[in-house]
Amino acid sequence: MENYNEELSKTDSIEKDESKDLHDDSISNGTDKTYEDASYEKEDTTQEEATDKKKVVSRKDMSAWQWTWHEMKRNKVAYLMILPFMFVFVLFTVFPVVLSLVLSFTNFNMLEFNSEMFVGISNYTRLFFEDDIFLLACKNTLVFAVITGPVSYILSFLVAWFINELSPRLRAIVTLVFYAPSISGAVYLIWGVLFSNDSYGWVNGTLLDLGLIDGAILWFYDENYAMTLCIVVALWMSLGTAFLSFIAGLQTIDKSLFEAAAVDGIKNRWQELWFITLPMMRPQLMFGAVMAITGAFGFGGVVTALCGFPSVNYSCHTIMHCLEDYGQQRWEVGYASAIAFVLFLIMIGANSLVNKMLSKVGQ
Amino acid sequence: MQKMRVRNHQVVLNRSVGGDAGIFTFLIIMGAFMFLPMIYVIMQSLKPLDELWMFPPRFYVSHPTFKNFSDLFTLLSDSWVPFSRYIFNTVFITAAGTFGNLLFSSLAAYAIAKIPFPGRKGVFWIIQRSLMFTSTVTAIANFLTLSTLGLMDNPMAIIIPAWGSSMGLYLMKQFMDSSISDSVLESARLDGCSEFRTFWTIAMPMVKPAWLTLIIYSFQGLWNTGASPYIYSEQLKTLNYAISQITAGGIARAGASAAGTVIMMIVPILVFVISQSNIIETMASSGMKD
Repeated sequence: MENYNEELSKTDSIEKDESKDLHDDSISNGTDKTYEDASYEKEDTTQEEATDKKKVVSRKDMSAWQWTWHEMKRNKVAYLMILPFMFVFVLFTVFPVVLSLVLSFTNFNMLEFNSEMFVGISNYTRLFFEDDIFLLACKNTLVFAVITGPVSYILSFLVAWFINELSPRLRAIVTLVFYAPSISGAVYLIWGVLFSNDSYGWVNGTLLDLGLIDGAILWFYDENYAMTLCIVVALWMSLGTAFLSFIAGLQTIDKSLFEAAAVDGIKNRWQELWFITLPMMRPQLMFGAVMAITGAFGFGGVVTALCGFPSVNYSCHTIMHCLEDYGQQRWEVGYASAIAFVLFLIMIGANSLVNKMLSKVGQ
Repeated sequence: MQKMRVRNHQVVLNRSVGGDAGIFTFLIIMGAFMFLPMIYVIMQSLKPLDELWMFPPRFYVSHPTFKNFSDLFTLLSDSWVPFSRYIFNTVFITAAGTFGNLLFSSLAAYAIAKIPFPGRKGVFWIIQRSLMFTSTVTAIANFLTLSTLGLMDNPMAIIIPAWGSSMGLYLMKQFMDSSISDSVLESARLDGCSEFRTFWTIAMPMVKPAWLTLIIYSFQGLWNTGASPYIYSEQLKTLNYAISQITAGGIARAGASAAGTVIMMIVPILVFVISQSNIIETMASSGMKD
């Protein structure tokens, strides 16, 4: 950067940074014949501009702040370009997190307006020391996330890796088969039909017919089965974005690496996976982990649809359900904000933990 | 020298026959687990009433009928909101949300990827972090924001937040980083092209796969919009909501609810089939570098 800027000041140019190649090679030296005419014109104009704006000089003559300001003015169109997106993004994604944090220290309530707003950390103490249902929900959420997150992640990777050697057409079909459940919206409701309460449900009907059970099992409305079934459904629809990212990432690995590895004494596909494929895939693995974690923690809607709300004896009650309960049914916004913020911290924490673990892959 | 294995006339290294067989078996079993429920929905939707009520229940349909699909339209004709209205709402929300998201995200992605303005690293850092939590976290605060803005009970309450969805922007930015060379853009700028024109005439045509991916992501999310706490008028509700209402009608409506589910799932699947190769191409650059 420094050297290059000196060059800039030497040629008295105010061209943008990226123009260095063009400017140095073809324009100043004029060696490239095809650009010769154009380059003379260009040089004339740059000199005119330079005399117009004598103040614009190299970075060395400015303080860091001046340089930043200068760069900001030069690229002001970029701010215009990100403005529409950032406005909506900040309003509906960044601001809510901040607002949740602020509101979590109040007892703001949509139904009654009380004068005493600020309540300190009492929402948090209530959460962790008095609210048994929230603690149960925390436990359920963790069980759920600790099982579905890693399993879906490993499953996504294994399937992507296994199908990598298929022919492109076959691979496209298999990809569709595995990916379809995650994009088909409400199709998970079919699990409610398969495992329906009565004898017309396929599973109950078949089991009754075979004489394995005496009466219909309540599946999603039975504490013993509900959680397990929800985890199965979650895994069923978990081969999503991460899966596609893995498939694409595996395709980009240079094949000659594997040949070189075979010469160097890699014995089987698992060694190849650990020593070559995984390290080459690290960026995709990071991205996939983010997707898996978000998916594993954000699964409440499906549980509500299959098990009802609240689920029987709170057996599938997750933090998301607590949030829904307080935020959208009891309208205790302050308390709900505290739950939302705790959930936010858990997700961000899980992500940074997993990122740390992934940085050790293949080392 | 170990013996070389040949598969399709090509030498394969480090692949044992036993391993191939095991993987094949694993894929078949997993594939059945993934695929059979989807098939079952289609079977259910084609079953006539007596087969839906059959005991013991059968997986396959023996006398397929399309009556369940036509039932969908008549079933809700008693209520004052016709079924076509739910379809219209969903299509409208999906189209408006996706269009805005495509426009805003690609503009911002271009600026972040290709213009070295101060602060772009910070902006991207925040966007990357936003992928790490779900919209559940923001739901309550957004309820307050939307009601303050007077957008309650308005389709815009779903459409506008979709414009700021960060997933599409992330994929678009990563793809631009890897597929547009700076020198192409630079020569356009030297020729006096404004940033907006460079974006529209040079950058955008080069990232068509990323457009499609962004459209599909936005589409999938919006198409599956269900009951939203922001919308309470019946005539503004979505297709997904209508189908969940039919399903809630219980076993008497099992056929119609399966038919509705098939309609819901067939559209995203078709869209994915058409654009699969483009999505995979975009995903190749989705990796995160920390």
